[in-house]
Amino acid sequence: MPDPLLVVDQVAVEFDGFRALDGVTLRVGPGEVRALIGPNGAGKSTLLDVIIGRVRPASGRVVFKGCDLTRLPEHLIARLGIGRKFQTPGVIDSLTVEDNLAIAARTVKAWPRGASTRMTEEERRRIERALELTGLAAKRRARAGTLAHGERQWLEVGMVVATGAELLLLDEPTAGMTPQETARTARIIRELSGTHAAVVVDHDMAFVEQLGSPVAVMHLGRILKEGDIGTLRRDPEVVAIYLGRAHEEAARAPA
Amino acid sequence: MAIRDRWAALLLWGAVLAAGLAAPSFLSGYALSLLGRFLALGLVTVGVVWTWGYGGILSLGQGVFFGLGGYALAMHLKLESLGSDPLPDFMVWNGLAHLPWWWAPFRSPGFALAMVVVLPGVAAALLGVLLFRRRVSGVYVSLITQALALAFSLLLISQQGLTGGFNGLTNFSTLFGLPLASSAAQRTLYWVTVLCLAGALAGSHRLLTTGVGRLLVAIRDSENRIRFLGYDPVPSKVFAFTLGAVLAGIGGALFTLHVGVISPAMVGVVPSIEMVIWAAAGGRDRLLGAVAATVAGNLVKDWVSSAVPELWLYVMGGLFVAVATVRWPSVREIALRWPGHVPRAVLGEEVADA
Repeated sequence: MPDPLLVVDQVAVEFDGFRALDGVTLRVGPGEVRALIGPNGAGKSTLLDVIIGRVRPASGRVVFKGCDLTRLPEHLIARLGIGRKFQTPGVIDSLTVEDNLAIAARTVKAWPRGASTRMTEEERRRIERALELTGLAAKRRARAGTLAHGERQWLEVGMVVATGAELLLLDEPTAGMTPQETARTARIIRELSGTHAAVVVDHDMAFVEQLGSPVAVMHLGRILKEGDIGTLRRDPEVVAIYLGRAHEEAARAPA
Repeated sequence: MAIRDRWAALLLWGAVLAAGLAAPSFLSGYALSLLGRFLALGLVTVGVVWTWGYGGILSLGQGVFFGLGGYALAMHLKLESLGSDPLPDFMVWNGLAHLPWWWAPFRSPGFALAMVVVLPGVAAALLGVLLFRRRVSGVYVSLITQALALAFSLLLISQQGLTGGFNGLTNFSTLFGLPLASSAAQRTLYWVTVLCLAGALAGSHRLLTTGVGRLLVAIRDSENRIRFLGYDPVPSKVFAFTLGAVLAGIGGALFTLHVGVISPAMVGVVPSIEMVIWAAAGGRDRLLGAVAATVAGNLVKDWVSSAVPELWLYVMGGLFVAVATVRWPSVREIALRWPGHVPRAVLGEEVADA
């Protein structure tokens, strides 16, 4: 196995006595895509928050490219090459698609050079690649606020990719999407694998299956199982926390 | 087509500027001083467009920066009008024997002019770094800045022997040797004000339509998103806040010259809120609209407060409620509704090619 890009080592997070993460360990190699599933409250988003520095762990370490992230400010973590897509699309509605990507694509982000509009070749290339990847090239001049929900999700994925990040953290990229849009999102992520490592959080089993990548199942702040989706679906423990819940809900629903 | 529009824009704004500069030849002395005063306040509003409109920082303490600029120049004017007296009148009345050491450098006109910019600039930069690094935002910034405006005006009132107290600084006679009351001085002052405002508008337009404005809008609308793309929002916000304060300071200095007095009543909570209302009424991220609203609003204020003085606070309160609840069309929207008459370039917008 090559040197891992990201190492999450025994990370624990506590919110007012509640252990949101209880000793999570995870390794992601360069170019490797990993799906992260689990019921609500399992700690998936909290894990992503710890990696990008939004939440500081009570114990444990996060190491990216050999660099300890646990004390770095958020914007410096991002500059190291970690991009996060949030659950609700965080695109800048009043700017155009192209401007959104241009802000993401800047190679120098320190003030005041980060506030310039003069673009380098590399930045232009990043923008074009993101436009092509997300299929938004025809709408490059449109304001982000006028895009459909799915397009906004793709734009944010495009922004994260345009930063040149080596590790993408995608939090429910298919939330609110139609099955067709979901399939397209899976294609986009598959296309990125190899050049970008990614941790993808999602509830949608069909989507995770389309990704075709190794899966980690989280439950109660821990990583319960890792493996491929086919095996996990037959795993009694996983079935108990996932499908069991679905059965309970079905039983509770009035017939 | 685009090039012709750009020329039309240049011509139109050149004509507006020329009319502004020629105003002394067709306006009475009183009307001119009123207009000069309002244009000086317009400069303050341009500052509000920076801090609030683009920076997303609703400062209710712009009066502090306005006052710092105003007092810095007023201190010089006070010292210049001393003649053979060793101390300003109010210091004598308050039993001071010597000029305070921090008053002395204001004898120099150059120092005083520099302080008009430096004092508000440094104060805002320090406050900005303190607030924005600790991620104080939204309504908390408004509360803190408003408290500062209150504290600043109370401080000025309480230190009567040093600041002139409630009456402020007044009774100026000359500016750089020129008698202030002369029509030549009034006209020059007016022209300086017009040029300052034109420069501030043109410069702000240029900066705000390039990357500085784009990044500010992005931070204003989604600070977290921008932070996790690798930007530190603090320098951008401090920049907008400081620039807004410097513009308020210059506006305050010019206003002091036009009115002939600066007092705590002009730097406290109420004037600070007024400065924000004009920007809100004109469109907080619209430079021209905000300046137009400042001039128009102050005309109404002048008229209402001299006809029915007790009514003005109600009018202002009503206006505050109105701008907060109703979405007004911007100057741009109104202009564009006249089909074909106002090319977009006139409004300083990018004209699409082809």
